[in-house]
Amino acid sequence: MAKLPGDPGKKLKAEDSQVIRIDEDYCKGCSICIDFCPLEVLSESDQINRKGYYVPKISREQRCIGCRFCELLCPEFAITIKNE
Amino acid sequence: MKLSQTETPPEDCCEDSNHRLHKYLRQETLPTTFCVGCGCGTVLGAFAQAVDELSLPPEEIVMVTGIGCSSWIPSPYFKADTLHTTHGRALAFATGVKVMLPRMKVIVIAGDGDIAGIGGNHLIHAARRNIDLTVFMVNNWNYGMTGGQMSPTTPQGALTTTSPYHNVEPPLKAAELVAAAGANYVSRWTTYHVFPLAEAMQYAISKKGFSFVEIIAQCPVSYGKMVNMRSGSDFLNLYRDTSIRIEQARELSEEELVDKIVVGKLVERDAEEYVTKLYQVNSEQSAHKE
Repeated sequence: MAKLPGDPGKKLKAEDSQVIRIDEDYCKGCSICIDFCPLEVLSESDQINRKGYYVPKISREQRCIGCRFCELLCPEFAITIKNE
Repeated sequence: MKLSQTETPPEDCCEDSNHRLHKYLRQETLPTTFCVGCGCGTVLGAFAQAVDELSLPPEEIVMVTGIGCSSWIPSPYFKADTLHTTHGRALAFATGVKVMLPRMKVIVIAGDGDIAGIGGNHLIHAARRNIDLTVFMVNNWNYGMTGGQMSPTTPQGALTTTSPYHNVEPPLKAAELVAAAGANYVSRWTTYHVFPLAEAMQYAISKKGFSFVEIIAQCPVSYGKMVNMRSGSDFLNLYRDTSIRIEQARELSEEELVDKIVVGKLVERDAEEYVTKLYQVNSEQSAHKE
């Protein structure tokens, strides 16, 4: 996957702050959210949930612009974005 | 069920829930029984999003489904009245429900094998009558629940359990068929185009007359095992790379569109709807007899 230009910690949109919540019990580890996040906010982790799936890790939360693509793409309703 | 004053009313029960769309789902059934990376969950999410945008109360919806993985999308997960019917007959049952309960929104979600394969004739005639139904056909290019057999929508040349060398048949273009049969609204999207899909679903629900959305959804387990695409992301990448907007596709020849997925709105009409006409004839006849 191509790396995005700029500082990975830099925030693209200043007005809102988004909180990403991953419900680990619902996640089946399909990694669609990791592969399709336009700003590579999520990444793979070594953490296993109760059912033995590898859950994604939020590695660059500051970059999230709240586009909600992961929220709608997730087949298990395991990930949600809240504006605070 | 009557709730006493001390109990929390159902509307507020999901305030603390993690996901904003959980209020439309039967949470005791979650997580879903769909395979890892299956597109059916994405379709359920897009549908819940469409209902949320329309602020449509689930009490006004009747969901009708057939048999197959995609028929599990509304039943049991979506919190509305649900009719889980026999294989291929979802549209026949839905026609009956709509005629007897014309004020309800009757929405059919079923698979390609169910709607275009086994119930193909019901599809043509429901579209011809232009009855006020909303049909979401989840097309995963095979009969996924029974082990990945070839379906009428399997692309030519694809490997499946029942076409282990390759499929020699050209696929059925269900959306084009429904458009030709006389439906009021027809569009096609994939699970990768999840925002336009939710918008199209929203429009299809509110549109009077027969509205049909074909949703290309991934089946990484039953279909993917034969074509060596084992994850949901493989399919979403394929949809992103091979889909083409209908406005651009109109300028291309049929040979150039062989391996492409044409997405967008195929047709929109404002033809008169069936149930209104039926009730009109009935009232005219009863007045005539008196």
